[in-house]
This record gives sequence, C-alpha cells and structure tokens, in this order.
Amino acid sequence: MTKSLVSISDLSKEEILALLEKAGEFEKQPNQRLLEGKVVATLFFEPSTRTRLSFETAVNRLGGRVIGFSDAKTSSQSKGETLKDTIMMVSNYADLIVMRHYLEGAARYASEISPVPIINAGDGANQHPSQTMLDLYSIYKTQGRLTDLTITMVGDLKYGRTVHSLLEAMQYFNPTFNFVACDELKMPDQYKRFCDKLGIKYTETTEFSEDIINQTDILYMTRVQRERFSDLMEYERVKSIYTLRASMLENSKDTLKVLHPLPRITEIDQDVDDSPKAYYFQQAQNGLYARQAIICRALGIKG
Amino acid sequence: MIKKELAVAALKNGTVIDHIPSESLFKVVSMLGIKNLTSSVTIGFNLDSEHMGKKGILKMADVTFPQETLNRIAVIAPTAIINVIKDYEVVSKHKVVVPEELNNIVKCNNPKCISNNEPMRTRFHVIDRENIVLRCHHCECTVHQNEIVLK
Repeated sequence: MTKSLVSISDLSKEEILALLEKAGEFEKQPNQRLLEGKVVATLFFEPSTRTRLSFETAVNRLGGRVIGFSDAKTSSQSKGETLKDTIMMVSNYADLIVMRHYLEGAARYASEISPVPIINAGDGANQHPSQTMLDLYSIYKTQGRLTDLTITMVGDLKYGRTVHSLLEAMQYFNPTFNFVACDELKMPDQYKRFCDKLGIKYTETTEFSEDIINQTDILYMTRVQRERFSDLMEYERVKSIYTLRASMLENSKDTLKVLHPLPRITEIDQDVDDSPKAYYFQQAQNGLYARQAIICRALGIKG
Repeated sequence: MIKKELAVAALKNGTVIDHIPSESLFKVVSMLGIKNLTSSVTIGFNLDSEHMGKKGILKMADVTFPQETLNRIAVIAPTAIINVIKDYEVVSKHKVVVPEELNNIVKCNNPKCISNNEPMRTRFHVIDRENIVLRCHHCECTVHQNEIVLK
C-alpha cells in the first residue's frame, strides 16, 4: 500500500515507532537497492537546498532515480500552470512525488489529486514532517527512548513550525516541556490547550536560565528571525538573551543534547560546537535515514 | 402589533427561517442563493426579538431546502430555527445542526493557503461546535465564527 505523508498528525504512534526503527536500519546500512527501477520526483516550488539534497541522497542511496526541479522559475508554473496540472503531469512519470511549496496546504491538496503518493517537504509555514521525524530519531538515538523526557524549547515558539510539530508528535511519549521565549514569540495558546487537553506537563518562562537547562534532556533551540520584530532594538535584545553559550551547559545532565533545525545564526554560540552535547550537525545527518524510512513507507516497500 | 403581523404574514407553502442573528442575515441570504429564486420571499431585518434583541427572518414561498443546505447556515447563524410550512401549517420545526465538515462554503482566511491560489474547492472541519471554530483541511489554520467569510 502506498501512503502520502503530509502532516506529522497523519502518523499514529505505531507508525512513528516503525519509521524510527526503519531509520535505525538505514543508519547501519544506508546503501540498499530497495528503489531499483523507481523514479522519484522532487518538485521544489520554493528553493531549499538542504532538504532537497537530503531527499535526493536518500533516493540515490536506495538505488532509485530522481527527476524534478529546484526552483519554480524553471517549471511551467512560471507560465501560469496550476499546481494540479503540474502534479498530474509529473505523476505520469514518477512513482513518488516529494514536494516543497511556498503555499500552505499545497501538499495536502496534491495528495488529494495525485495518483502517486506525496511526501511533504515543507508547505509554507505549515508542516514539514520529515524534519519532525529526524528530530524524533535524534532524540530516540541520543536518549535511547522517547518516553518521559524533559524537552526545553527556546527561541521562536510562535512561528517555529518545527517546535509545533515536535510538540504534537511527542504527545504519545509522556514528555515534559519547558517553553522559553519572549512575550512576542511565546508558544501560541492553541498548543498550550493541546497540552492541557492531553495532560502534558509544561512550564512557560521568558528566562533562559541554567536552572531550566540543568533539568533538561533535550534542549531544542530555534532561530529568532529579525522579520518577526517591528522594533529592531527589541530584536537585538531578544537575540542576545536567547543565545546558548558553552558555559551555560556546565552543570547540565551528561546525557543532554542540544538540537537545532538549522540554519543557525547566533542563537547557539560557536563555542558550543565543541561540546559533546552539541548534536545539531549529526541531527541533520539523521535526516537522511529518516527520509529513507519515509520514502519506503510511502512506496509500501518493506525491505 | 401591526409590525408583528406584517413580519409573520401567513405563508401557504414554503420555508421560514427564524431567529437569524441580524448581522448574519444577508450572509444567509447569499448562502441560500435567494436572489435566484422566482417565488416570493420576505426578508425581515432588525426585527425586535425577546431573546436576541434584534433578529432577522426569511420567508420563502414554495421552496424547501435539503437538510444539508440548511445545516450550512448553522455556521454563521447557529440560533436559526427552520420551519417548514404546508397548507398554512408548520409541519416541521427544528434548530439547525452544525455539520462536521463544510465543503466549499467558507473561504480560507489565510492568503497563503493553497485554496486561495488554485481553482479548487475549500474544505473545513468544525473543531469546536459550540463556539464554531473551523480548521482549514488544507493549510490547517483555524477560523473563528466572527472571522468566517463565505466563498
């Protein structure tokens, strides 16, 4: 059976665990010819080199072939073609479509009209489920479990889609969250209500203190974007408050890992990079294995 | 008294929709496609109501609507009461029921939603029936009752 993946909420707990297990197998052996004879289209209506290379590497390492475009300017969309027509045309050629689009809901709509499965590689500010899967895999791999962990999210909790999706995905695993953000960028009410409804414990603070870091298993940093602020002075202030420095990790748990969806700007100081607790570069590498697992699920390949 | 009689003048056959919030009346008119009807229609606007302060009422001769159509009204006028009239008698009287899903009724408020950029039907899930909160099936944004814009 083939299955699209548009939103992290499309996955049950069992499916998440199955994907993580599969990702673990790909980490042990990334080169497996499971996609022999398959063609995967990567349609990037919005450029995202990092995500595209990760998906294309995943296909290549599984022995499949890739077609597609990396910028909408080079597709017929620039001639005014509808998304529907592009999807219908490409589905004649490919067994699977991986798409990134600047409009929210584009992947959901594509999955409704496409005869081949769709993997959402990001739709505007909405969903990016393969990022969430690689976050989960990174947590699972570094902590040896997903259950009963304390996850501290720092930075832009208002617009950061990765923190929202991670929060939703962790609902099955009894997490405790600490939300650390300035008032302008705090966790939206709808996600706090989500936690309340499911009995998920959380604290909320504007102070990025060592006290909180020391209780934490996973420190999930996010980028504070300048365009979110009308007052640039405020931006500069917030940016420096929510910057992680190596000295702040001194009394943290040995098993603590620092995650970041990347690209990082200044929110993690360079001096953290040398700490064994820094995990953001390996985290990105885990994206390959997570995406291999997602591609196999989409095509119904057991392997 | 005269006013009241005028407002509820007898209808032989047809449908009366009462207790429409005044601010939603003309949205209901457009939702039901009343301007395309050929039979007589009375539109009452800002009528005094004991319970609602001001209300709207629609009396449409010789038409009935499928339940599904009527339930769509619930999204913007959850207080509306539907009366079906046959031979001057009210043969059925019931409140509208908020449906679980709205197909191509409501416009998404997110300008970056695919549904506002592609010739396609919209789809919304009613995630809170009491307060009427909708979620776009495509971009997943939420729309509250006072923000609802019809397609």
